[in-house]
Amino acid sequence: MERKTKFKQFRNPLRSDGWKRFRKNKLALVGLAVIVIMVAMAILAPVIAQNDPYVSLKDDTGKIMKNMSPQESGTILGTDSLGRDEFSRLVYAAQVSMSVGLVAVSISTIIGILLGSVSGYFGGVWDLVIMRCVDVVNCFPVMFLIIIVATILKPSIYNVMIIIGLCNWTGTARLVRGEILRVREMEYVQAAVSLGATDWRIITSHVIPNVMAPIIVEATMQMARAILTEASLSYLGCGVQLPTASWGNMLNEANNLATLTMRPWQWLPAGLCIFMAVLSINFIGDGLRDAMDAKQKK
Amino acid sequence: MSEILLHVENLKKYFPTNEKDKFVKAVDNISFDIYKGETLGVVGESGCGKSTTGRLVLNLITPTEGVVEFKGQDLTKLSRRQMRSMRRQMQIIFQDPYASLDPRKTVMQILAEPFQIHNPEMSREEIQQKVADLVKCVGLRPEHVYRYPHEFSGGQRQRVGIARAIALNPEFVVCDEPVSALDVSIQAQVINLMQDIKKEFNLTYMFISHDLRIIKHFCDRVMVMYLGNVVEIGTKEAVYEKRRHPYTQALLSAIPNVKAKGPQERILLTGDIPSPVNPPSGCPFHPRCRYCTERCKTEKPQLRTMADGTQVACHLDME
Repeated sequence: MERKTKFKQFRNPLRSDGWKRFRKNKLALVGLAVIVIMVAMAILAPVIAQNDPYVSLKDDTGKIMKNMSPQESGTILGTDSLGRDEFSRLVYAAQVSMSVGLVAVSISTIIGILLGSVSGYFGGVWDLVIMRCVDVVNCFPVMFLIIIVATILKPSIYNVMIIIGLCNWTGTARLVRGEILRVREMEYVQAAVSLGATDWRIITSHVIPNVMAPIIVEATMQMARAILTEASLSYLGCGVQLPTASWGNMLNEANNLATLTMRPWQWLPAGLCIFMAVLSINFIGDGLRDAMDAKQKK
Repeated sequence: MSEILLHVENLKKYFPTNEKDKFVKAVDNISFDIYKGETLGVVGESGCGKSTTGRLVLNLITPTEGVVEFKGQDLTKLSRRQMRSMRRQMQIIFQDPYASLDPRKTVMQILAEPFQIHNPEMSREEIQQKVADLVKCVGLRPEHVYRYPHEFSGGQRQRVGIARAIALNPEFVVCDEPVSALDVSIQAQVINLMQDIKKEFNLTYMFISHDLRIIKHFCDRVMVMYLGNVVEIGTKEAVYEKRRHPYTQALLSAIPNVKAKGPQERILLTGDIPSPVNPPSGCPFHPRCRYCTERCKTEKPQLRTMADGTQVACHLDME
């Protein structure tokens, strides 16, 4: 009996139950595994990649090994039109795509939480102005806007992160506002008021923890979207600039018929990586949504 | 009579509606006193302003007009800081034990919060000790403190809510329908717990309920509300036996009586409760009152004090 009570003190039921629920969702687990592998690849890129991704491979005679298939070149995924190791580029591109996704989502989530909270708490004029801004930003054809801005500013990996971040905060802002409006009226917030808690205490200890779950889910979903947007931009040449590799600009190489039909190793892996990453992150998002609902008992 | 703990005078709360110049008159000019150590029951049908009154009394919502004096201090005139420290003396038990506990906090965290707010100098161990005492006091087991609200039944949750309310040793507790969300079998347990705690901590209760039997069992005095007005206020015996106000009569006739032989007289009210946006002229109860006279339609009756101290708002001769 004594031991049982002791044990309970150390267990955190929310966390362990959450993991239990997440584990039930097989798709989410697979997604998590894929993303873990991809992140590991990105971090360990210098170890995994046999060849420098920015240097053309040369054969014994000193000739550049252009457009060689895996069998011909003896590398895992062959070489591209400039003779660079495709596999090395793919691995380094994972770094770029993941970090673009992460930074862009951080930017948009922070802006979204700040503006959403102001809108939800203070209401009135603040709410009106911020929500109209959201409407306006939502009206922009985002892709078009990004292309214009990316061409005016110098297209670079940092600009891509910032632009994507600045265009994607509206969803989070709306979500946070709605959640705060909901939580603010809950009786446990009233109870905290009646205990004499300060606004700051109520916001940080009761409101934010209770709106975190949907924010995290939204951020996960946005990460997938950000990776996709980066890929599209880079494909169009407005995103990450060569020679830096990203999955998007690797796909760009498939813009002629010869490559498309004759040399699938130059574009298929990058496409698959984008596909897998986005799909996996979406699965994780779904899993998280179910897992983070503390009230759901199963 | 013992000393007055809470004095309410001409309290009004009007909520704005979508239409300009139209207001929901949730609480419309009510006055009453609560004496130290007593339990004042507040009854009335849904939407009559019971809960609003409870929250106004604690200054959880700001009154439109009126005075709420707690131990001689007007709460409406206190600064936010003063009000916050005042709150340790007055607490509330909520109706819905599912909504009133933060779902992301353990019982330990929920019950530690009052101490963290008002006694920041207390050490972790002291707080844990206090929480353990509280939990024991409301009849939960010590290992329950590391559980989350969703792991409890409704009755257990309400015990946590009660523990939170008495944590700071308050003098006055508003109970906002504390048992109406619970099963009847659990209601009795929780009511008994509240009675024990009242004795132990020397509390004064304002007990809001629509359950007339619980009010009769639990309260010393009863206040009957209708459409944001007080229609009758007096000792439990006087209100339940004399049944002076026509609305009180109708309300009390709805209590089933197992001992009565043969069919009982049941006063059925016709029509719905009028909208508090557009309350009737004169007596708010006149459209549904079976003794309605011309005077009732034009002149609003004020509370009149009867010989036994009961106050009734009706034009009819009551004595």
